Amino acid sequence: MKTIYFDNNATTKVAEEVLEEMKPFFCELYGNPSSMHTFGGQISHKIRRSREQVADLLGCDPSEIIFTSGGTESDNAAIKGTLTAAPNKRTVVTTRIEHPAVLAVCRELENHGYTVVELGVDKYGQLDLAELEESIDDDTAVVTIMYANNETGVIFPIDEIAEMVTSKGVVFHTDAVQAVGKIPLNLAKSNIDLLSLSGHKLHGPKGVGVLYVRKGTRLSPFMLGGHQEGGRRAGTENVPGIVGLGKACELAAENLEEENRKVKYIRDKLENAVLRRCPDCRVNGDKENRLPNTSNVSFEYIEGEAILLMLDRYGICASSGSACTSGSLEPSHVLRAMGVPFTAAHGSIRFSLSRYNTEEEVDYTIEKMPQIVNQLRELSPFVANK
Amino acid sequence: MWDYTDKLKEHFFNPRNVGEIENPDGVGEVGSLACGDALKLTFKLDKTGRIKDAKFKTFGCASAIATSSVLTEMIKGKTLDEAAKVTNKDIADYLGGLPEQKMHCSVMGREALEAAIENYRTGGKKKRELEGRIVCTCFGVTEKEIQRVVRENDLTTVEQVTNYCKAGGGCGGCQGEIEKIIERVQGEKTKVVPALVPRRAEKLTNIQKIQLIQQTINEQIRPALRAHGGNIELIDVEGNKVIVAFRGMCAQCMLTEFTMKDVVEAKLREFVDDELFVEEDKDSAQQPHNHRE
Repeated sequence: MKTIYFDNNATTKVAEEVLEEMKPFFCELYGNPSSMHTFGGQISHKIRRSREQVADLLGCDPSEIIFTSGGTESDNAAIKGTLTAAPNKRTVVTTRIEHPAVLAVCRELENHGYTVVELGVDKYGQLDLAELEESIDDDTAVVTIMYANNETGVIFPIDEIAEMVTSKGVVFHTDAVQAVGKIPLNLAKSNIDLLSLSGHKLHGPKGVGVLYVRKGTRLSPFMLGGHQEGGRRAGTENVPGIVGLGKACELAAENLEEENRKVKYIRDKLENAVLRRCPDCRVNGDKENRLPNTSNVSFEYIEGEAILLMLDRYGICASSGSACTSGSLEPSHVLRAMGVPFTAAHGSIRFSLSRYNTEEEVDYTIEKMPQIVNQLRELSPFVANK
Repeated sequence: MWDYTDKLKEHFFNPRNVGEIENPDGVGEVGSLACGDALKLTFKLDKTGRIKDAKFKTFGCASAIATSSVLTEMIKGKTLDEAAKVTNKDIADYLGGLPEQKMHCSVMGREALEAAIENYRTGGKKKRELEGRIVCTCFGVTEKEIQRVVRENDLTTVEQVTNYCKAGGGCGGCQGEIEKIIERVQGEKTKVVPALVPRRAEKLTNIQKIQLIQQTINEQIRPALRAHGGNIELIDVEGNKVIVAFRGMCAQCMLTEFTMKDVVEAKLREFVDDELFVEEDKDSAQQPHNHRE
C-alpha cells in the first residue's frame, strides 16, 4: 500500500538532494572542524557555506546564525538566554497556543519566580495586539510568540508585533519552526531579535536547527563547553546535519513560490471537498492568514483517533487534536484556547501537506474521507438513526 | 501510535451489534461528548430471562468502539445475574489486553452494562445517577467509582486511577484526594510517590519556609488554577502571613462556595505550617478581569 503523507507539520521527508549532500560527511569527511589539521579544518568551510544558505533563506547575515540541535533547543536557548542576560527583569510574555517547547519553558520559569503572561486568542486563533501592547511593561524581559501555529497553521502578524515589542526596548523571539520554508521571510526588513527553526520541518534532517540572533542582541549561552559557534553554542558541530540543513534551506528558497502555489491549491481542494461532502464539519483557524499547507478540520460527533486509524488503513497519515491521540485526557490546548467546543476538538483532524504531495493523493483522500466519517457516525450515539 | 492487539483492531474495523434495539428491556448510557467518549447500550431479554440481543452506539477512540463491540458479544446468552459479574478486566482480557492509558474504555463498558441492568430492574424508569460524592469535577467521577476501580484492578497509584477512570486527568486538582482514597482502600500496598508531596520538616528556617510555600504553590495549587484559566503569584511572606495575588479569571471568579483564598490557605496549612494564613495582595485585586471564555 502506498503511503500518503499528510503529516508534514510533524516531520517531513528528507529531500534526496539533501541526503546526497550529507553522505560524504559520515565516512569520508568526518573530521572535526575545530582541528588544526587540514583534514578537519576543511570542514569549517562547509559549515560556513551552510550558514550562508540559511542566511539567504532568512534574509540575514551569516554571522547571525547559530546551529543548534533543533527547534526545542533554539526555543530554550532564546528564552532562558535572554533572561540570564537581563537579570533585573522578571516577566515573560507569550501566548496560550505556543508549542510545548516554549510553553513548558515558560511554565517552568514561573516556578522559579518569573511572571509569565499568557495571551489568549480569539475564535480564529488570532491575538489582540492592543492587549499584547498593554501586557508589556518595564519588567518584561522577552516576548515570545510563534510565527505560525503548528496545529491550525494560523499565521500571526509577526513583523508588526516585532516592531511594536522592540520599540519598547523588549527582546522579541519567535518560534518560526512551522513558518520557515513555507512562507517568505525577510529578517533584514523585520525587527525580530531571535528566531527558532528546525531542519526536519523543511525536508532537512532531524537533530539540527538554528537560532537566529540579531546582531547586538544580548544572549547568554545556553550550552557551555567549547568555543564552537563563536562561543554561543558549545558542542562539536553536527556536521552532516548542518550541511543537510543548509541544502534544505537552499531548496526551500528555490521552491517557495512553487510550493506556495501548488501546495495551497491541493490543500484548498482537499479542504473544500471534505467540507462539501461531509456534513457537520468546520475549519479551525483563520482562513485568511494561514500556512499554505495546513488544514485543520473538526468532524462533529466522532472522535479523532478513530478517524486517524481508519485513514491509516488506507495509508493516509494525518494527526488529530483529540485527547486520545495525545495519551492525555484533554484535547488540544490550541483548539481549547480558541474556544473550539470540546466536541469539535475531540473530532479534529490536521492535514499538513508538502511539495511532495500530489493531486492524485488528495483526490484519493477526498474519496475515502466521507465514507470514514459516515461509518463512524453510524456508530455514534449522538447521531440520530436514519 | 497505540499498541493495539489484532483482536481490538478487528473489532474496531468490523464492530458487531451496532445500533439501538427498538423497545429495549434495558438501556445504559454513560459518558458524554465533552468527556471524549460515550456509550449507549441496549439489550432485549428472551422468555427465560437471558440476554437475547444487545446493541451499542459509541462515540470515542478505537479502543472505546472495540470494547463496546466485545461487550455486546460477551453478554449475549447470559442471564442478568451472570452479566452483572462481568468486570472491566474481563472485557480487557477478552480483547487480549488494552494499553494502560486506555483501560478507562473497559471501565466505561462495565458501567454501561450496569446502568442497563439497573435500568431494567427499576422498570425502565431510572436513568443512571451518580452515586456518592464527586471527587473529579473535570470528568464527574465519584468517590465510590474510584474506590471500585482501585479495588477491582488492584491499583496503587494516582496515574493508574487516571488511566482506569479518568479521575485526576483534567486539572489535576483532585489528585491529592485520589491518593487518600487509594490509601484507604489499599492500606499498606500504596506506593509512596515522594515527588508529589513536599516533605514537612519539623522546624523550618524562614528561608526554608518561604521555599516550601513557593514549592507548594508551584506543585499543589497552580496546576489546578491553570486548568481553569487562572494563576497565582507569591508576593511576600511576613511571619505567618502569606501574601498572594490571583491572576486571570481567578482574580474575580469563585470556583465553589470556597473562595480561592480558603483553598490556598488549606493547602499551605496541609503542606507547610498549620499557623499560616493567606491574604490577597490589594493592588492585584484591582486588576481588570481578563477571563476570556
